[in-house]
Formats: sequence, structure tokens, C-alpha cells
Amino acid sequence: MTHTTPDRRVRLDNGGRAPWHPLAREAFDRALDDGWADPRRLHAEGRRAAALLDGAREAVAGALGARTEEVVFTANHTTSLHTGVAALAAGRSRVGSTVVVSAVERAALLHAAHHGGLERDVVGVDRAGRVDPARMADAVARPGVALAALQHANGEVGTRQPVEAVHEAARAAGVPLLVDAGASVGHDALPTAWDALAADPADWGGGPGVGVLAIRSRVRRRSPFPEDPDPLAPGGVSVPAAFAAAVALQAVLADREAEDARRRALVDRVRARVAAIPDVEVVGDPVDRLPHVVTFSFLYVDGEALLTDLDREGVAVGSGSACTSSSLEPSHVLAAMGVLTHGNVRVALDRSTSEADVDRLLAVLPGAVERVRATLGVQGL
Amino acid sequence: MTGADRPPAAEGREHGDVVDARGLRCPLPVIRLAAAARDRAAGTRLTVWSTDPAARLDVPAWARMRGHAVVAEEPLPRSGDADAWAITVELGG
Repeated sequence: MTHTTPDRRVRLDNGGRAPWHPLAREAFDRALDDGWADPRRLHAEGRRAAALLDGAREAVAGALGARTEEVVFTANHTTSLHTGVAALAAGRSRVGSTVVVSAVERAALLHAAHHGGLERDVVGVDRAGRVDPARMADAVARPGVALAALQHANGEVGTRQPVEAVHEAARAAGVPLLVDAGASVGHDALPTAWDALAADPADWGGGPGVGVLAIRSRVRRRSPFPEDPDPLAPGGVSVPAAFAAAVALQAVLADREAEDARRRALVDRVRARVAAIPDVEVVGDPVDRLPHVVTFSFLYVDGEALLTDLDREGVAVGSGSACTSSSLEPSHVLAAMGVLTHGNVRVALDRSTSEADVDRLLAVLPGAVERVRATLGVQGL
Repeated sequence: MTGADRPPAAEGREHGDVVDARGLRCPLPVIRLAAAARDRAAGTRLTVWSTDPAARLDVPAWARMRGHAVVAEEPLPRSGDADAWAITVELGG
């Protein structure tokens, strides 16, 4: 078995941690000069940092269709989800402690929904990974519901969720809806139906080190933290990171539709070509989905061995297989969908991903699958 | 992950219509079951014993992809430190 060394790495595991957008990098560098100081201090340097932070907040709010005072920068996306759940629940503690969630929410949200005395009510999904809005509606209408949470789209399999219908049902029941748009903002059309929204700069190329949480002014909330001038993000955030995130968001929204079409076409090509490999299940909704995410599972394939083989070929992909996680458990998303969990490959295309990158994956994938299957002796099964 | 290191058929012994895949990691339980199903007639019932959490999900997914049907799933006595399950499938045409 020979492996040629490729000229360059093909990075197709960009979900949740995309390469920095060039303008974000430039903005970060600029903000190191003007925004290094503590924005809470009253001297000129502090005020300059505060002005940068305010500008970043205003820009992000404008992009998301929110008022500036509704937007909070947090430390990262996980913190946004933890804080969003805890603050909304605390604001409705007199009503109840149940948090209604879909089964395919991010692990951070699922954990937050049964932390600190909260009770989690999980609504299942269909084979495509989509929650049934009628079942969500039933769940939010029950007594004792503090809040509901639903992702805008699933970052592992790409399927969009019926956020508008669920928001309508939640509003009718007087229950606030937290929308996790961490996998979609910067890629897909922005969600408009939400009471609280979490978005992830690291996912749209704004760099890690900052998160975004927006809560509509009318929504009751109470900080779950000790007193601080920034009640929902105690200690404040990195001004350069927030500034870079805002600049990147404006940049990616400016040509979002062109990037949507370009990457959707690439994903369609991946879906078609992968489906021609024997014994594969391409999962997630084929049409009503994120433009840049595609996931598939190969029967009789060890996910870890496949990732290692592809990595040797210079191609980096993700996986939801148990064999590739530190725990013994496979992806809870694939599990909830009832699809094959072993031999899983997860691809998220960045805006810097080229057609040649995708072709490289498609060129090496069939051979890699065949090699792994040959090792396991599964011919003819 | 230890599954790939193991030579095929070193473990996962087959007793009649039971495939004992306890201790094997994904995707080996499904592979053992598929091997046992290969020469069996439609309508045959095969049971796989497994301690791998992924097998609980992947045996039904395999059955769906191959036109078989899962007819039963029940817990087995714990095997060492691990939970164990018996999943029975009826082979399709």
C-alpha cells in the first residue's frame, strides 16, 4: 500500500472552527493597537477600547436584526448556550423548570438544560434529523415550561429545523425560544424567529475567543452569575476578538448568497459521488439544509481507521463515530436520527475551500474506504 | 479503539443462531452479524450479543439497509463492567 504525499492539506473539517477570514485577521491586528486596554477604565486608552467594543456590538446587532442593547459578547459559543439557558430559565423560575429541547441540539445545550435544577424534556427527530413542530408545540404547551431551545440548523448533518413554526407555538404558550444559530450564521439566511439567539464567530471565520448571545428586550432574564458590570458575561470579553468577529460577520454576509450557491453545488457533487460508493448512507436532508455541510456513513468501516487513512492522503475530515470519540458513545445526533453511526465522515466546507479540494476528497475516498474494508475482511457481506 | 487491531474471527464466536460480539467495538459486532447472516435463508432469526453502545444503533441501521427486521432487543446480564444487549433480527429476502 503506497501513499503519495500531497502538495497541500485539504481541510474539510471547518464546522465550529473555520479558518480566519482575511479581514478578521486584519481587524484583529488593528484592534491590538487601539483596543488592547480594559474597556471599563476611564482613561483615553480605555475609552478607545470601549468605543471599538461598542462599534462591534452595534455592527453585530445590525447584522442579526437586533437592537444594540440586546446583544452581549460572551467568551465562546458554549458559554453563550449555557448562559442563555440559565438566564432565561432564571427569569421564569416562578413558572417552572422544564427546558424543552430537540434531541439533536449541541451537547453544551443538552447539558445546560438539565443543570442547576432544570429538567430537560427531549423531543425526538425523524430520520433526516428534523424535529416535528407539532411535537415541540405539544411539549411547550405543557405546564411548568421555563423555555424551549431549538437549533436553526444542525451543524453535524446540515438539516434545517422548523424554527418559525416552533417559535409561533412557543409564543402562543408564552414560552421564550432560544435559537442556536451557531452552525448557520454566516452561511445560511439569518433566522428571524427567536427570543434569544446564540451565534458563533469561530464558525463564520471571525476567530475563536468570543461568542454572541442576543436576547430580545421584552424577554425576562436573570443573570445566573455573581454581580458584575457585564451581568451575562462576567469579566467582559476580548475587545480584539469581538472586533474581528464583527468585521468578519459583515464580510461574510456581504457575499453570503454567492458563497451559498457555490458551496451548495459542491455539496451536491459530494452527495452524488459518495452515494455511488457501495454501502453508504448519506444522511441529513438532501435539500432543506445548510449550504456547506454533508455527512455520510459507510457500512462495515471503522471511522477512526478511515479518518487516519484520509489524513495520510492529506485530507482532514470530521466524524461522529464512536471509534473517533474519547467516549465509547457515537454522535448523539446520528443516534437520534437512527442512522448508521460507524464509518461516519463529516464534511464542512469553508469559503476558502476550492473545487480542487473537494475533487481531492472525492478522488481518495473510494480507495480509502476499500482499504479499511479490506483490513476488516468484509468482502461479500 | 481496539477493534481494527483484531484479526477477523479472533473473537465474536458464533453459537447456533447467536453471535457473541461482547467486548468487540464498532463496527465489528455488525460485521460478525452480517457474516453469520450471509448464508442463512430468509426468515431465519439471528441474535447478536454486544457490549458496544454503537451496536445498539448500528444493528437496526444495518438491518434497514439490508432489508432485515429487528424483532427484539433485550438487556443481558452485565459483562464485566459493561452493559450488554441481545438484539434479534429476522433476515429478509
